[in-house]
Amino acid sequence: MSTSDHPVISTRAYFSVFGALLVLTALTVVAASYHFGPYNDVIALAIAGAKALLVVTYFMHLRHATGLTRVFVVAGVFWLGLLFVFTFADLVTRTFFIPAT
Amino acid sequence: MATSHSTVNPLDASADHAGHPPELAHHFNDLEQQRLAGTLGMWTFLVTEVMFFGGLFTGYAYYRYKFPDAFIEASHHLDILLGTINTAVLIGSSLTMVLAVQGAQRGNKKQIIGFLAATILLALVFLGIKAVEYHHKWVDHLVPGPAFDFKGQHVDGAQLFYSFYFAMTGMHALHMVLGIGIIAVLIWMAKRDCFSPRSYGAVENTGLYWHFVDIVWIFLFPLLYLIGRHHP
Repeated sequence: MSTSDHPVISTRAYFSVFGALLVLTALTVVAASYHFGPYNDVIALAIAGAKALLVVTYFMHLRHATGLTRVFVVAGVFWLGLLFVFTFADLVTRTFFIPAT
Repeated sequence: MATSHSTVNPLDASADHAGHPPELAHHFNDLEQQRLAGTLGMWTFLVTEVMFFGGLFTGYAYYRYKFPDAFIEASHHLDILLGTINTAVLIGSSLTMVLAVQGAQRGNKKQIIGFLAATILLALVFLGIKAVEYHHKWVDHLVPGPAFDFKGQHVDGAQLFYSFYFAMTGMHALHMVLGIGIIAVLIWMAKRDCFSPRSYGAVENTGLYWHFVDIVWIFLFPLLYLIGRHHP
């Protein structure tokens, strides 16, 4: 009896994901050579996020994971989000008072 | 007179002693629960790793926000070609890792060992390229410390950038070295028939760790190597 009613992802799917990851890598390198102003960072992070999502969903089998497993993953992202949001909420709202001479 | 299991020797691994499969540890109800517990354990560890690297990324973001021009100028001295090759190599190692897990799912010993070995090989290629890069940085006086000598406008900011570069890629490389060690142990275990389609958690969960290391690099690469690319 197989313990995994764990549906198996096909080899073809794995190679498709691999191909997509390589394409996205090339895309991020190309996009970085163009001037999009503040959006360069947004584009780079969006592409990296898409790559990470592919890895998590297919290579890390989250596509077929239990709900509980997904909660753990989301929790990790959530806490990382708190770290960034609160750190930057502080940083970007700082004002510095220069005392008059 | 039929009894269900009165004459079964509990030390006999080939018979289902006490009516459960031999791979099942006694504190679990069934193999599926055992598998899930192992997976959740590894994900919990990965969440701690997310916070660990997250702290480094936050530090990077903090100082990049404060010294954007310095970071851009410093980034120019990183080799984008080597970084891109390394990214592809690491993604390839994730592919070979997941195919090793597939081998374990299928009970195919040769597939397990073959793809685990390929994963180690690609990991060593990555580390080799990293070593070359680190050597270049040392020769060019870009390693933070007394020998640091940045030939550019923003010297202090550049040293800050390279502090993050070495801390982040260094910790990432350390994680890879540990991963290589673990995968080597898996190869040894696979050779001794430790894995079956019913019980291959160690391979699956090592895969999770390896893919996480890949994801860290997926974010490191653009943030360290590509930020200066569209600036002259």
